[in-house]
Amino acid sequence: MKLELRDVSYRYVKDGQKILEHFSLTVDSHERVGIKAPSGYGKTTLCKLLSGYLKPVAGEILLDGRPLSSYKGYCPVQMIWQQPEFAVNPRLRMKEVILEGDQVEQRVIEGLGIEEDWMNRFPAELSGGELQRFSIARALGRRTRFLLADEISTMLDLITQSQLWHFILEEVKRREIGLIAVSHDQELLDEVCERQVALDKIGAVGK
Amino acid sequence: MEKHMRKGTPVLKIEHMNIRFTQYDRGLHQRELPVIRDLDVEVYAGEMVAIVGSSGSGKSLLAHGVMGVLPYNASMGGTITYCGEPLDKKRLDKLRGTEIVMVPQSISFLNPLMKIGPQIRKGSKDPEKKGKLRNIFKRYELKEEVEDLYPFELSGGMNRRVLISTAMIENPKLVIADEPTPGLDLKVAKRAMTHFRELADMGAGVLVITHDLKLALEVADRIVVFYAGTTIEEADCADFKQEETLRHPYTKALWRAMPEHGFQYIPGSQPYVKNLPKGCPFGPRCSQCTDECRGEVPYRRFQGGMVRCLHAAETEVSE
Repeated sequence: MKLELRDVSYRYVKDGQKILEHFSLTVDSHERVGIKAPSGYGKTTLCKLLSGYLKPVAGEILLDGRPLSSYKGYCPVQMIWQQPEFAVNPRLRMKEVILEGDQVEQRVIEGLGIEEDWMNRFPAELSGGELQRFSIARALGRRTRFLLADEISTMLDLITQSQLWHFILEEVKRREIGLIAVSHDQELLDEVCERQVALDKIGAVGK
Repeated sequence: MEKHMRKGTPVLKIEHMNIRFTQYDRGLHQRELPVIRDLDVEVYAGEMVAIVGSSGSGKSLLAHGVMGVLPYNASMGGTITYCGEPLDKKRLDKLRGTEIVMVPQSISFLNPLMKIGPQIRKGSKDPEKKGKLRNIFKRYELKEEVEDLYPFELSGGMNRRVLISTAMIENPKLVIADEPTPGLDLKVAKRAMTHFRELADMGAGVLVITHDLKLALEVADRIVVFYAGTTIEEADCADFKQEETLRHPYTKALWRAMPEHGFQYIPGSQPYVKNLPKGCPFGPRCSQCTDECRGEVPYRRFQGGMVRCLHAAETEVSE
């Protein structure tokens, strides 16, 4: 499978400054790509575009040659957000949160170290690291083909960061899921990704 | 960073600090949550000490505890000494905001209805203070016009510099910075940390509370590692160059988990305050844990630092 951005531009405000301009990127489903840029250069915007939360003002986003917007129901491109506190509904118990997406396999839940009794808790009763495990599990539904990780480990301690990344890497390799990782941590990207792309103010330069 | 000379009495000395919350469980049942169990730290004049612990582990409470601004349902034990004398409420009220200042975590601590200039000067129209503020602004690359703006008219990074300015306008002897770099990218975060470094170089004792070990290593003199409500190790930044000079098994595990040092991990997660293990909080995840670790584990001096581990000596042999 192939996820393709063709000549994509995006701006938040009409007639405002463009965040991305004529940006193209192709990721194969067995690839692991790192994206790096200072804040404000459109990393999160790029992730939102790729996962269908935003629609580009120009250009197209194709999944296997078909526009991403033509996929109905569960989106095969899933995003893990930077702050799990804002990515879960505070009124749902965790067992409901995890069902929001696709069916999540037991292997994923166990592999992420999610404990049985967390399922009955509300998001406010879990720590950031525990919540992030749920967000990762939710994004790794059965039909997920591409995974976008937007600075998912900045607020975690180094051991938890390493734990979660090891699991994600194992899972994406096993299921041939394409991974796009965004981080400002150069060493982390070196460890996790096969190739890296740097964003600059207009569009992007490949590396 | 070279090893720092520590002499005289520490500006701030916290011994056996514990903070517990009283919460209603079900109905009228009350329960106590010991968020901070045993915390020891010393800060000397001219040095920068970083307390490093993961998010949500209750580090911020430490800052609020020292400043005496804990929420109503929290109670604090242990002793806090400031410049050799106990810091009681009366003394704290006098020194807070002048000699002892805190730079809070969030820019929402600024008064949204007050212009920046008067807010930093605390309303004072003293020309000397105005001049001083202008110098501070120059150092932080803030324009003079900023004084006449409200916080909402500034960017997040600028507001952060305004917060630091509020600490600089006094002549603080002790600065406590609570998670000063959340959501900032590496370059900006580094710059923010350098500002605190400058405060230390000017003679103040600076205590930074952060979750970012890598960043702390770049600017601080000493690192205090905080795990599940207790301080488990105190080390010079230089000790983090290699694994052997570190003391506690958790710190060693942290070191090995850095992407540039192997990216290895240990299973399990930090215990939640409600179900802490007996004795050493790291025990259940530690390969060297023995029966004695379930009893009291003292915080002791060890190889020029501090450690809360009974087996620290054994790990040192491999050096």
